[in-house]
Amino acid sequence: MYTPRRFAGVIAGVMAAGLALTACSGNGGSPTESASGTASGSMGTATEVEVFTWWTSGGEKAGLDGLVSVLADKYPNVTFVNGAVAGGAGSAAKDLLQSRLQANDPPDTFQAHAGAELDDYIAAGQVQDISDLYTEFGLTDVFPADLLSLLTVDGAIYSVPANIHRANVVWANPSVLEAAGLDSTATYATMSDWFTALDAVQASGQTALSIATTWTQVQLLETVLISDLGADGYIGLWDGTTDWTGSGVTAALEDFQKLMSYTNTDRDGLDWPDALQMVVDGTAGFNVMGDWAAGELDTQSLTAGTDYIYFPVPGTSGIFDFLSDSFTLPVGAPHPDGAKAWLDVVGSLEGQTAFNIAKGSIPARTDADPSLFNAYQQSAIKDFASDTIVPSLAHGAAAPIAQLNAISDATSKFTSGGSDLATFQTELAASAG
Amino acid sequence: MLRDIRRWGPPLLLISPSLILVGIFVYGLIAINTYTSMTDMHTAAQTTGKAPVSFVGLQNYWELLASDSFQHSLKNLALYTIVFLSGALVFGFMWAWLLDRPVKYEGVFRSIYLFPMAVSFIASGVVWRWLLNSNVDDKATGLNRLFQIVGLNFLQNGWWNNVNVGITAIAIPAIWQLAGYIMALFLAGFRGIPQELREAARVDGVSEFQLYRLVVFPQLTPILLSAVIVIGHMSLKVFDLIMSISKPANYQTKVPAIDMFVFKSQYDYANSAAVGVILLVIVAVLIVPYLVHVARSGRR
Repeated sequence: MYTPRRFAGVIAGVMAAGLALTACSGNGGSPTESASGTASGSMGTATEVEVFTWWTSGGEKAGLDGLVSVLADKYPNVTFVNGAVAGGAGSAAKDLLQSRLQANDPPDTFQAHAGAELDDYIAAGQVQDISDLYTEFGLTDVFPADLLSLLTVDGAIYSVPANIHRANVVWANPSVLEAAGLDSTATYATMSDWFTALDAVQASGQTALSIATTWTQVQLLETVLISDLGADGYIGLWDGTTDWTGSGVTAALEDFQKLMSYTNTDRDGLDWPDALQMVVDGTAGFNVMGDWAAGELDTQSLTAGTDYIYFPVPGTSGIFDFLSDSFTLPVGAPHPDGAKAWLDVVGSLEGQTAFNIAKGSIPARTDADPSLFNAYQQSAIKDFASDTIVPSLAHGAAAPIAQLNAISDATSKFTSGGSDLATFQTELAASAG
Repeated sequence: MLRDIRRWGPPLLLISPSLILVGIFVYGLIAINTYTSMTDMHTAAQTTGKAPVSFVGLQNYWELLASDSFQHSLKNLALYTIVFLSGALVFGFMWAWLLDRPVKYEGVFRSIYLFPMAVSFIASGVVWRWLLNSNVDDKATGLNRLFQIVGLNFLQNGWWNNVNVGITAIAIPAIWQLAGYIMALFLAGFRGIPQELREAARVDGVSEFQLYRLVVFPQLTPILLSAVIVIGHMSLKVFDLIMSISKPANYQTKVPAIDMFVFKSQYDYANSAAVGVILLVIVAVLIVPYLVHVARSGRR
């Protein structure tokens, strides 16, 4: 008799504890919400801004800190709330953002790649048209016209770019090239010139071209397409004027296939810093990566010219394959005033300078002082002002997410040996819908 | 009538909260998911109601099942299940059989075999990602390097990077983690067989082999069945192990659960839901006969 009763007592206790916990968590949520609600409502000037990014470490975190300090100077009343989510080059953050937006619980502003990647948010009615803010902050005159036209969707602009990155850059190790009997100062005008150099590095026993997982392969593919089709032909792929099934694309895919034959076999298990590290360590000759690689090389105290060299992907000099991190104003942002202050800081000269010096990218504004930046950044600032600007596929500027995913799928299938070139081209054409 | 209420009322009242919750959050959501899978909700605008959504019946299913890439996922899932299931059963049974005889330090061995189960798939995946590095010869690391050191060079291979059978390499860590659990199941089964039965059989003059074949194994069938169910449904749900060893974008190691994730992240809720239903059906095909079997034997 005694034991069962005690047993029941224990169970009852556990259940009571469980109920108490649920009650606590239920209460825990609401006071904060109501408190923040009244704060923004009644106090007027003092507010906060929750900034949602995937910048949690390295140069990216330093750049974000730079923006925060400018915010503190310009808007002392606005409290910065860091909504950063770590992991997986933003994929974890994008997933969380998607669920928050779908649940009508948006942050005050979030990071997104400028260009076609925003199309989904725009079509879903989740971000606001901020063209007015461009006039208010005087941004229309300081951003290059090419960039503004790429940001504009149906006459409206939905984001403020914080920086500009370039995706079509080759990073190389001069001592590996010299060991293979190559001139380390040479640049290559065409893909076929480059193949000769790649052959030489391969013959010297090193990996000729290091590469990492699927998205870096897609980025390589995009630079090959730019190289073989030219800027207009490449842009035509995204506006429908270039035929995916045409012979120009076939030639580019053949070059891509040949390039992949020079790469390391463990590519699918690597991330981009691993592949870049092969160049740094002298086990690989070349690597194609966006210019955030410069930030990574900087943190290892390497010097451009002696420890590493860089040049545009062969056949793409004069073309700037751009991507841009930009900030939006979500529909239903709880603190629109804070968000506007943040967007002002992001677009301002001080903000862009502080952010980009730390992150290794270049300002989207044309009036920044180049002398504040390092050698690579200065060359990129010069190129950005004079080159033809084309949107990057792998980084959401050229195509919506669904098309990018379809292209990634087809590329992974092709590079892992799951399809032949003709099938690959058919699948790429099908992705354009 | 009143007596019926007195008799059934309190128990019914007691379980009604869980009945209601299960009804809403399991069956209700299965129904909503199934409905979503039969609409054309493929874009972001449709998910927020900015664009119309219409009912398309089974069209998503036909398109999915006809596509090469989804067939590849299904093939991968089948391969993975076969290797994982047979590997875990064979190793688990072998270990249990060995420990069934009186062994010195049995407890130590039991812990060693059972230990990997305590590690999450994500955590072990990080280590196995390194062990299953695909570089060979002078660039080899991980297991390939080990083979090199012990002079078994011919065993070096690309592991999960083979587009046809690469998925079976992902089954290796899964076997490593779950074989110990299967061992525990079988060991309990062995121990559950009364010593008298074995003694009686020995008195009747059977050999040790016949003892196992005729007396012990037949009594292990229920254990085998539950082991198959546990491993089988875990294998159909495989997701975290692939996420941490490979990447969702890698074609070699795609399975339906990965497809579901990728569809969801590109706002293609209809296809995502359809993949979910397909997985549910596959699991049901495995589980329902088992439930029927259990219900029948319970009635007997």
